[in-house]
Amino acid sequence: MLLAALRKDFLLQWRTRAQVLAILIFGATSLLLFSFAIGPNALALRQHAAGFLWLALLLSSTLSLAESFQAEMEQRALEGLLLLPASARALYYGKALANWGQLAFLGLALVPVMIVLYDAGTTNIGALVGIILLGTAGLSAPGTLYAAMTSQARARQTLLPLLLFPLVVPVLLASAKATSLIILGDPMGQVRSWSLLLVCFDLIYWSLCGLLFGRVVED
Amino acid sequence: MTDQPLLAVDASGLCRRYGRRWALVDVSLRVPTGTVVMVTGRNGSGKSTLLRVLSTAIRADRGTARLAGFDLRTATQKVREHVALLSHSSYLYEALSALENMQVEARFLGRDSDRKALLPLLEEVGLAHRADDSVETFSAGMRKRLSLARTLLQEASVVLLDEPYGQLDPPGFRLVDSLLDRLRRRGATVLMATHLLERGSELCDLGVVLEEGRLQWFGPAAQLPSHASFGPAAEGN
Repeated sequence: MLLAALRKDFLLQWRTRAQVLAILIFGATSLLLFSFAIGPNALALRQHAAGFLWLALLLSSTLSLAESFQAEMEQRALEGLLLLPASARALYYGKALANWGQLAFLGLALVPVMIVLYDAGTTNIGALVGIILLGTAGLSAPGTLYAAMTSQARARQTLLPLLLFPLVVPVLLASAKATSLIILGDPMGQVRSWSLLLVCFDLIYWSLCGLLFGRVVED
Repeated sequence: MTDQPLLAVDASGLCRRYGRRWALVDVSLRVPTGTVVMVTGRNGSGKSTLLRVLSTAIRADRGTARLAGFDLRTATQKVREHVALLSHSSYLYEALSALENMQVEARFLGRDSDRKALLPLLEEVGLAHRADDSVETFSAGMRKRLSLARTLLQEASVVLLDEPYGQLDPPGFRLVDSLLDRLRRRGATVLMATHLLERGSELCDLGVVLEEGRLQWFGPAAQLPSHASFGPAAEGN
């Protein structure tokens, strides 16, 4: 059933791929605007690059996550699947995995923009990709749950970030810190510790949110 | 259709409210397996709410009900394995094609999701020629046809149809008639909410009249009382 949910969500994402492009442009624009705030100080730009990358990704994620439930709610398709009966947990993990894939793609696509705008390149590409995967996993698991919760609320565009941002602060901090160390150098070998912290948060979020999703979507 | 309980629906004292307004008040209903039941009443009388409660799409605030022998509250998943709901909402993904919508459902049901396996069902509802078109290009009637195909795919023993004739053209009416006949021959129990009293009386075995959420009348559809014309609201039905 998880495979059926995953296929459905990837198919829906593929059909609405134009929106992914729009969200990517939004993220790149955010990075550009943040660089204007710092000014032409090359050192400061490089020092703040990781934080701004994750802020841009966080802002983009609220758009992407909210959008992921739009198709489910238009004609109550999610209710239709639950009545089949499809397992709420399978529906959650299918959606969360698809959202993770989309956020990871956005994160990886924003890296070249960051390198160009902030002169913040690194040779440790593998570690950077790893941190983006772990960080976006930490955003997508609670983000999918909260997107489901707020999808039928009138003020969903405001509610989602209000609920999500406080919860993902630890993930954001760990991801930004680890990315910063990868870009600026890691003489004390701290990236591993931050990565472990991210793994722990991911495990907690993915297991807890999977358990709670059924209660959120049922009447 | 073997080993089925004698009663497909056994509801007692069902109540449901939206905010402060009671949409369903103390509805008790016993529907024998294999019967086709017309549920009627004026707009806002609780027809859709009753079908949604029985389908487990929403929960009753009070009362108990068993569907296909399973308790709605304690065996929700089991009930869902036996019931199919044609709702006011189409339950379709607008961005996907008609065939893809059917494939999504077939995969969740563990059925053959191959094009060849699903095209006959689309053919039956008159949509085979538009199988690859996105649902967002469909008219309301075509969406209803696709929702009917989606409901049939489930092969449920209890089928709940909420205004199946709505938005359909005359050939669509005949399609619903033939589908009802097919469901009857399969031994399925059907509860159909409709305002089409004459058609319903002809096609259904039993009739239910709801009035402001209360069960007003329950008996053979052919003997549906004339006062079930719901006053001024029934004009045009």
